[in-house]
Amino acid sequence: MNKHANNVIEVEDLVTHYGDREILKGVTLDVHDGEIMVIMGGSGSGKSTLLRHLMALETKTSGTMRILGQDIDNLTQRDFFDLRKKIGVAFQGGALFSSMTVGENVMLPLYEHTDLDQMTMEIMIRMKLEVVELGGFEDLKPSELSGGMIKRAAFARAIVMDPKILFCDEPSAGLDPVVASALDDLILLLRDAMQMSIVVVTHELESAFKIADRITVLDKGHILMVGTVDEVKNSTNERVYNLLNRVPEDENMDMDEYLQRLTGVEVKEETIL
Amino acid sequence: MYEPSPQNAFIKFCERVGRTTVSGVEEIGHGGVLIGESFYWLIYGPRVKQPVRLGAIFQQMMEVGIHAMPIIALLVASIGAMLAIQGIHTLRIFGAESRVTIGIAFSVVREFAPLIIGIVIAGRSGSALAARIGTMKINQEIDALKVMGVNPVRFLVVPSLIAMVIMVPMLTIFGDIVGLVAAGLYVNADLGISMAAFFHDVVDILTIDDIMHGLTKSFLFAILIAVIGVVNGAGVEGGADGVGKATTRSVVQAISAIVMTDMVFAFVATR
Ligand SMILES: Nc1ncnc2c1ncn2[C@@H]1O[C@H](COP(=O)(O)OP(=O)(O)OP(=O)(O)O)[C@@H](O)[C@H]1O
Ligand SMILES: [Mg+2]
Repeated sequence: MNKHANNVIEVEDLVTHYGDREILKGVTLDVHDGEIMVIMGGSGSGKSTLLRHLMALETKTSGTMRILGQDIDNLTQRDFFDLRKKIGVAFQGGALFSSMTVGENVMLPLYEHTDLDQMTMEIMIRMKLEVVELGGFEDLKPSELSGGMIKRAAFARAIVMDPKILFCDEPSAGLDPVVASALDDLILLLRDAMQMSIVVVTHELESAFKIADRITVLDKGHILMVGTVDEVKNSTNERVYNLLNRVPEDENMDMDEYLQRLTGVEVKEETIL
Repeated sequence: MYEPSPQNAFIKFCERVGRTTVSGVEEIGHGGVLIGESFYWLIYGPRVKQPVRLGAIFQQMMEVGIHAMPIIALLVASIGAMLAIQGIHTLRIFGAESRVTIGIAFSVVREFAPLIIGIVIAGRSGSALAARIGTMKINQEIDALKVMGVNPVRFLVVPSLIAMVIMVPMLTIFGDIVGLVAAGLYVNADLGISMAAFFHDVVDILTIDDIMHGLTKSFLFAILIAVIGVVNGAGVEGGADGVGKATTRSVVQAISAIVMTDMVFAFVATR
């Protein structure tokens, strides 16, 4: 029942809650095979939540999700594992295993899912670490790395199994511009050379415009728009425009309200001298 | 201002009791499910190419068992000597101090070695397990395992559980020997009974049943410690302070569970 034979992800009317709070309020989204889909949106708009649902880490309230053509509600455990081997994830905070070295972290998926011998695995992880410019760091523990290095190591771990779909939550946040740009190039390379389908959450406009085939703009749990870079850039939607041009939520907020938000103190007429 | 009326306070109290009970029952449920899942992975895991790794078990066994030996030796030796001192002191009243071996042998093997070792492992390894799993949870490491298609129960829980279930009884045997030797040394020094005579008596008195009594208990303690540690670790919410709370809770719960199980077990076993 695929709508398009070439969709790797199909989400329809996804509604999710944390406790009683509705976070995603009916999200419908397709990701085509071999494209880079960038998800943008303000902080707290539900980007990470959407990603966590796409990875089947959370239980949804309603809606359907098909990943690589499989409805994830009707999967046997075995199919579910097989599906997960085809998905790579770089978490927002890295999520490296702190008790293992960088090399062991990157090697873990290979060790668990393949029958490769130690030598081959070591060569493979060295290659992947080289790719994220972490060659020679395989014996360090995550606690000995900088924030940016952790992100890159996590990225190396995410791609070590050459997944069909790659999820990246804020891959370049906190990286210096040179490394961030190198990571963007790497994402493009993974798409072009390996035909990976990649879903990237990012705040960095420059990076988003550089890598995206299409952009999804998320706002308070709704999808504002889905479109190509140009379509998003030229959008007449006010909220999209605000997001792109970094206009604060409400320009017309008056001074009292602004002060109140800043200080958390209710501002009354007489308080202002 | 809000004045809490007695009725209100009572209702609040009832609510709190109710909620605590429900969450307690829920936690016991989680523990049960965890044991079930552990068995599942142990048996079914190899068939889906998700075997429990011997390396991980071995590493945990070192951590839980071997590294705990010095502190356990110290504590059990102290207990053994203490039992000898008290026993001789008490029996001297009846002029029966040479019969002290009976009390020492039973107490060490049936009660004190399993109990002290359970408590030490709860404080040492149960808490470490809760902290490790809690930290992994808040760092999204558990999520990372899941999305890699690595089941966290198989990868983290089963090795710790197996290591505990093997090592705590082993440590108990070790503790039995150290405790008895320490007691023997004191008895030798105080009453001049030779070590050989002391151990001859010990072997005479103790039956396989007595030793199994201690070992069975330590086996149960091991399961309790592991499950309580994991359930608390997996329940961590929030940040680092959540991990701290879970760690403390796991130690308190594990020690309480051990002491109560010990009592129930003693009751049932002496019927
Ligand atoms: N574990 C959780 N428990 C309860 N609420 C949560 C949890 N995680 C996220 N939320 C809520 O879900 C909403 C969306 O959060 P989410 O992390 O998806 O935002 P985001 O778009 O990724 O933001 P950011 O850009 O800051 O990472 C927020 O209002 C947040 O409070
Ligand atoms: Mg986020």
